[in-house]
Amino acid sequence: MSHKLLIVGAGQAAAQAVQSLRTEGFDGAITLIGEEPYGPYQRPPLSKAYLLGTFERERLFLKSDAFYREADCELLLNCRAAVLHRAQKTVELADGRRLGYDTLLLATGTRVRRLKCPGAQLVGVHYLRDIADVDELRKIFITGKRIAIVGGGFIGLEVAAVAVKRGLQVTVFEAMDRLMARSVSRPVSEFFAAEHTRAGVKLLLRTGVEAIEGNGKVERLRAGGETYDADMVLVGIGVLPNDELATHAGLASQDGIVVDRHGRTGDPAIFAAGDCTRHIGREGSAIRLECVQNAIDQAKYCALAIAGKPRNYSEVPWFWSDQYDLKLQIAGIARQTDHAVLRGDPYSRKFAIFHLRDGVIAAVESINAAPDYMLGKKWIGENLRIDPGRLADSSIPIKQIA
Amino acid sequence: MAKITFITHDGKEQTVDVAPGWSLMEGAVKNHVSGIDADCGGACACATCHVYVDPAWLPALPPKTDIEDAMLDFALVTAPNSRLSCQIRVTSELDGLVVRIPVSQH
Repeated sequence: MSHKLLIVGAGQAAAQAVQSLRTEGFDGAITLIGEEPYGPYQRPPLSKAYLLGTFERERLFLKSDAFYREADCELLLNCRAAVLHRAQKTVELADGRRLGYDTLLLATGTRVRRLKCPGAQLVGVHYLRDIADVDELRKIFITGKRIAIVGGGFIGLEVAAVAVKRGLQVTVFEAMDRLMARSVSRPVSEFFAAEHTRAGVKLLLRTGVEAIEGNGKVERLRAGGETYDADMVLVGIGVLPNDELATHAGLASQDGIVVDRHGRTGDPAIFAAGDCTRHIGREGSAIRLECVQNAIDQAKYCALAIAGKPRNYSEVPWFWSDQYDLKLQIAGIARQTDHAVLRGDPYSRKFAIFHLRDGVIAAVESINAAPDYMLGKKWIGENLRIDPGRLADSSIPIKQIA
Repeated sequence: MAKITFITHDGKEQTVDVAPGWSLMEGAVKNHVSGIDADCGGACACATCHVYVDPAWLPALPPKTDIEDAMLDFALVTAPNSRLSCQIRVTSELDGLVVRIPVSQH
């Protein structure tokens, strides 16, 4: 009997796992279960070019139908995995069907965190996670309309940039004292705040939304004691890992299904990859990442382990965001660093900030400075010690720094 | 549709139809051409969709932008005919284009 591999979830990690499993020589049966009507697609363009309307839906899909046929991978779409029965090695679908497995890969991703204030259920309150969300949003993305964006993170700010381009009036409400506080350092937050303000976005920091009001649909927001008129609300306040299938079956989750360096959960027959997992990062502490890189790489490492060639995961995480003509690229994790080095001039809209820990480079944030990002990422992987003085000296070409 | 031929490092040829407006990278990835990773999905953020363009076709291509040039600097074993396939938009004029894929993208 051929080995049965079941993948729950149909995102970036799932698509990569199918490809890598076949590349690594796995010859068992592969079945992929997805809740959406679509096979795996790229999410990053959703809040950018797809929302703007310059990128057709067809282009979002990561693989062609022929790919799954050739990979002999069965796609079960519009299917929700409801219960995991570990003792029987079966997954029960919402429609009652049961699918057996020898090996299970959980690639369940995340779901949006919902706003809880009064009025959050009104018509006109939108979230941005999947194709259907953006298709709805696009219908009302009309010049002159007023959009209130709740949350000044990547999603909120990317939508703000597209909305400005579309001629909407944009207000961003952020509860923290700076933008993208979870993802970037303060100088980068401040640089982007200035750019959004210059583009015409009204930025309200330290301003939590208290209520959304309207007669059946969104008409205004109350925030920081003031009232703001709005035609629509877009909420981007983070995501939560879809770990219930795992936890209800007794697998450990700490804001993310706990996996080891091979991507394996506490059950030797069950792996997990992507945004839904918490793994031991290369710096030794447990971390849950929300990024394409981690989805791709964890899927590759799971495939290696499943194919009997396990390797320890220790990739440098990387992230990017496009806002206006600014490309923000980040590698590494800047937490618990003790020294930041600016290279380049923010006024030229092209610079990088390197973050060091005990003299060793731990993270880089670059804006329109791809070479700094690429080299920074390489140095992080090498745990390279760099002279901060040389790094800051932009008269020395970046390739001659180390 | 433009017919694009990809040749892998071991000489395997694959000709695929790519819709005008799509990038060369998308044409490869969607048609399961192996050897083009394109980890970032076409954002010019990873340099893992490197190809060598048949020299005869180089003049037909749009010039490299600064960011493509900068990113290419970090691809493995580049040559004067190196391009990032995510940055080449396919048009009917590129019907018949031939590109070669490097041994590795990482």
